[in-house]
Amino acid sequence: MKTYANPVFPYLRPAEFDAPGARRPVVIVGAGPVGLAAAIDLGQRGVPVVVVDEDRTVSVGSRAICYAKRALEILDRLGCGQPIVDKGIGWNVGKVFFRDELVYRFDLLPEPGHRRPAFVNLQQYWFEEYLVERARAVAGVELRWESKVVGVAPHADGVVVTVATPDGEYTLEGDWIIAADGSRSAVRQLLGLEWEGQVFHDRFLIADIHMKSDFPTERWFWFDAPFHPHQSTLLHRQADDVWRIDFQLGWDANPEEERKPERILPRLRAMLGDDADFEIEWASVYTFQCRRMQRFRHGRVLFAGDAAHVVSPFGARGANSGIQDADNLGWKLDLVLKGAAPDRLLDTYDAERTRAADENILNSTRSTDFITPKSNVSRTFRDATLGLAKQHAFARRLVNSGRLSVPAILADSPLNTPDRDPDFARGPGAMIPGAPAADAPVAGPAGEWLLGYLGGDFTLLGFDAAVGPFGAAALAREPVPCRVVQVGGKPTAGATTIEDRQGLAARRYEARPGTVYLLRPDQHVCARWREFDLPSVRAAIARATCADR
Amino acid sequence: MITLNTEANIAAPDDFYERLIATHRGLTDAQSALVNARLILLLANHIGDPNVLAQAMAAACDGVSAAPDPGAG
Repeated sequence: MKTYANPVFPYLRPAEFDAPGARRPVVIVGAGPVGLAAAIDLGQRGVPVVVVDEDRTVSVGSRAICYAKRALEILDRLGCGQPIVDKGIGWNVGKVFFRDELVYRFDLLPEPGHRRPAFVNLQQYWFEEYLVERARAVAGVELRWESKVVGVAPHADGVVVTVATPDGEYTLEGDWIIAADGSRSAVRQLLGLEWEGQVFHDRFLIADIHMKSDFPTERWFWFDAPFHPHQSTLLHRQADDVWRIDFQLGWDANPEEERKPERILPRLRAMLGDDADFEIEWASVYTFQCRRMQRFRHGRVLFAGDAAHVVSPFGARGANSGIQDADNLGWKLDLVLKGAAPDRLLDTYDAERTRAADENILNSTRSTDFITPKSNVSRTFRDATLGLAKQHAFARRLVNSGRLSVPAILADSPLNTPDRDPDFARGPGAMIPGAPAADAPVAGPAGEWLLGYLGGDFTLLGFDAAVGPFGAAALAREPVPCRVVQVGGKPTAGATTIEDRQGLAARRYEARPGTVYLLRPDQHVCARWREFDLPSVRAAIARATCADR
Repeated sequence: MITLNTEANIAAPDDFYERLIATHRGLTDAQSALVNARLILLLANHIGDPNVLAQAMAAACDGVSAAPDPGAG
């Protein structure tokens, strides 16, 4: 590749070869986006983690390139959002073409006042590099390369993992294992666990090319393009003037042949013209499937990311959901390890994230069925929809070139305290219990964005001096402590006061003076009230940590 | 006169589309064509208004009958 050289991370002989190793609270298998995010989250919470990965570098090839707003917000909390956004290419607009006509245009982030854009495109190798860099800076995170898991022995109170290295095998004992080792998860296979779903009979070619171009920074999707008839084509911009072009090939295509430059170049020439000046960076022919494990928790083994669930690439729902898995898991595992919550809190990781996986699988299956119709009648409806879309609004809503990743709203979570006050809105976009906190521009001691003040710990977000010094002091002393952030009003001892620069925080949270929101450590709303009441907040925290049953 | 509504009018469009395609699962092309015809007749009867139906027929034909087959390229 012209624009990128994979780093080589050195293998270091583990201490376990020379002396029996201490038992670890958490062993993470897989140093991809999900394993690294989980490691950073736990490390930031003071939980020592060992991460083992069979490779000694980051992703080979660009692979997952679209990182959604929610994933970026999680990475902000993990201390590595900024370099990823700086290096990546932000975009909000998508265009859909049918043959040679533009039929549909969408803007994923039509309103200002959010720190992060709808999406940033960045090659997975860069993304992982920034996570590795951040993980190395967090005390208590140890990354072990060329360390392949070849055995997993679960016990009632822990797991023994056998790791193969250039020096031979050793064992690592962990209270908990996070299996984030990808769609071909060794841990899943070693435990003999199944996953169920659908394999799609189609092949796609990814061609990453290096090209100076003044194409706009937008997602362009063609159905039945003149340069690639009867199949779909997707164009995306990545960092360093690298462009991702994704051609549907059909099931009969020969993957070995299609990977060859002499097969790829004519396809690119047809699309970009004979004068275009480009070089192929990386190419890959892939198939995909939509499936998940029935449960993500198996005793002391917790599955996350592609190891637990996989989707088709249309919608950017793979890595983005994996990052949300890590976000959901980190604080729960920390509280269980500390003895501050019972271990059934981890069953809610399974409940919340299997539900999110189902939503992702449903959406990505529907997109795939629209993009690659499986019957003549399905293709006829698809083409009819596209034909009507240019003129008729209703048909544009039916066009499905990928329903792009949106954050999971955990509306049915048992951790939520249902609304008691009837005047909160419950419609789309409302900050209902289960929704991830909305961002807003603010002013205060820790930066200009509201999300920077929320999460990590439980946070009580009050509007005006809603909580008061007694409440703030009491919440700080709870077994699961809760910080208080106050929007506007006279400063209160024990609370961080911020200003609502444009009134957007109050609007997005439907706030009146006195309104309070309880946010989980992963920034999801778990309760809200029109006025502060300490016993109610205590009860809601107990509920959100399974300490009430 | 009532006019044909071509603004988005289906609350969950992806649910609808999935169901529409699922209605045809396992059918031959000839059976699908028959199901589509019956579906149109049922919906037309439900709509009832002759002006709306005439506008829908015109919108459906627009760009289909006059132009050469765009699928041939």
